[in-house]
Amino acid sequence: MAVDLSMKLGALELANPVLVASGTFGSGREASRMIDLSTLGGVIVKSMTLTPWKGKPTPRMCETPSGMLNAIGIQNKGVDHFIKEDLPWLKQQKATVIASIAGNTVEEFVKVADKLRTGGRGIAAVEINISCPNLEDRSNMFSHSTASTAAVVEGVKEALKNVPVFPKLSPNVTSIVDIAGAALEAGADGLSLINTIFGMAIDIETRRPKLAGTVGGLSGPTIRPVAVRAVHEVHRTWPHVPIIGQGGVGSGRDAVELMLAGASAVAIGTANFVTPRAADEAIAGISEYLARHGVPALSELVGAVKLEG
Amino acid sequence: MLISKGEVLSHKKYGEHYHSLTIVAPDIGAKARPGQFVNIKCGEDRSHILRRPFSVYRVHKRGGWASTLEIVFDIRGPGTSFLSQLRGHSIVDLMGPLGRGFSLPRRRAHCLLVGGGIGAAPLFFLADELRNEGHRVDVILGARSMRHLLNPIEVRRLASVYRITTEDASMGDRGRVTDVLEETIERCRAEIIYSCGPHPMLAAVSAMCAERGLPVQVAVEELMACGYGVCMTCVVPLRDRADRNAKKDAEEAIHYARSCTEGPVFNGGDVIWDDNMGEFAVDQLELSPAGVPTRHGPLPEQPHEHAPPGN
Repeated sequence: MAVDLSMKLGALELANPVLVASGTFGSGREASRMIDLSTLGGVIVKSMTLTPWKGKPTPRMCETPSGMLNAIGIQNKGVDHFIKEDLPWLKQQKATVIASIAGNTVEEFVKVADKLRTGGRGIAAVEINISCPNLEDRSNMFSHSTASTAAVVEGVKEALKNVPVFPKLSPNVTSIVDIAGAALEAGADGLSLINTIFGMAIDIETRRPKLAGTVGGLSGPTIRPVAVRAVHEVHRTWPHVPIIGQGGVGSGRDAVELMLAGASAVAIGTANFVTPRAADEAIAGISEYLARHGVPALSELVGAVKLEG
Repeated sequence: MLISKGEVLSHKKYGEHYHSLTIVAPDIGAKARPGQFVNIKCGEDRSHILRRPFSVYRVHKRGGWASTLEIVFDIRGPGTSFLSQLRGHSIVDLMGPLGRGFSLPRRRAHCLLVGGGIGAAPLFFLADELRNEGHRVDVILGARSMRHLLNPIEVRRLASVYRITTEDASMGDRGRVTDVLEETIERCRAEIIYSCGPHPMLAAVSAMCAERGLPVQVAVEELMACGYGVCMTCVVPLRDRADRNAKKDAEEAIHYARSCTEGPVFNGGDVIWDDNMGEFAVDQLELSPAGVPTRHGPLPEQPHEHAPPGN
């Protein structure tokens, strides 16, 4: 049964709505032994920074009920390595590539964006990671304030006029709608919702935090309701803004839930750790849902949650 | 690396403490090398979603138990508790074989295997392979007490010389593996050391080998989410040799290597053991620390060329 799963998120055209989330799939090399990258809606690669980052000490991970905490600190080889090694390889695999960029300052974000403008031919979109909970200065997470969100988005958009940019927002805010508004006003083409949630776990025997970084980002099925709520709120406010929904999506059912809340596409995250084929299974699950409910076009699901009646 | 369903052939216990599952998984078992591991999904209960990594304890490539692999474990949480309930004909979802295994010497060599607690698991598979290739195998096996020793009878069969240590003297010598390491190295004229166990033990073994200029390969056990190289959580700090020449600041000369794909086997001298993970590993393994050295010199180049790790 051939169901058309293609989706348009503004200028970003996807063969299907299932992406893999940044930081859960590397640049696809490891998983490519298990899954054909060209069958995915797209690959949001691990966030890249201006220079290589070594990341945080260990332990970097602990399992929590229906999820996990991580404090990795964006260990990556830098944007130059991505341009030279990963991007050509991804294009060879016929993958749709979304570059995730990160930095400690607005200037660093803009410099990475500049490098992608000149060296990143073939990138379908850029996700701006302004919501990583594991930077040196947590109190200054960009997506915690409308002003710094706007500053990063404006700078990156200035450098990448012809590439759709999707700032990835944090749910750890009083009003995600306000932050989303600032991002859109600054030129964002769409939004990625949500990044991980701040969390912490303590080993009661040793009385020490379970993560070397003390606090980390919570992910997995446990945060899906938070993602559904965030997507719903933002979609209700700006129904025409394309949203990449992420946060605890591991199956076709989860993907449909995020789409009903208002996402036009979804990204699979923590579930990739359990099986690199999670995205394939989600794609099949969406097709099955569309057939079972007789939905003629995927776009009809977007924001179709019934609130009355 | 494959994901496949395996059927449990048997569940047995080694002593009162350790469980063993023998699993029919032809594709994975046939490819596995000593030091590699499998990552097992522990049921469909979504309250604990991550797979659990287990080093391959044994593979049976021939005979009545052909195409099976065996893992051993103790119960530490919901994942291992689930596995301990499995019986014959249960189906498990495995990913593997994963990681880089031990390198075997190319010429005949005297190999000393040093294992602590459940961490000794991969050394049994290694001993089988070393013996098959005609190397001499000696073993030091240690644990807190007799009940935490992994299959000491089998060690006796596999080793030319074997030493047992327990901290409470319930079996073998009182003390830790490192207390008898130097004399065993002398006695066996060991040329290469293979070790697996808690981090403080690996740190001490690596330091003693470095002093003597002996090559040492260690298999680390780290918490990991994916097991195949994407999550970046199971990293081990290595001396970054390229960096070290360029920069004076030792803090900068760290490279965090993924133990799932770049390990779990590393040259003991490459690992920076005094990172905070040592202490953490002790917590995880419920073992007392064995005196973590602060710094030790680099490992000399290995005298043998080693076979490339299988995958």
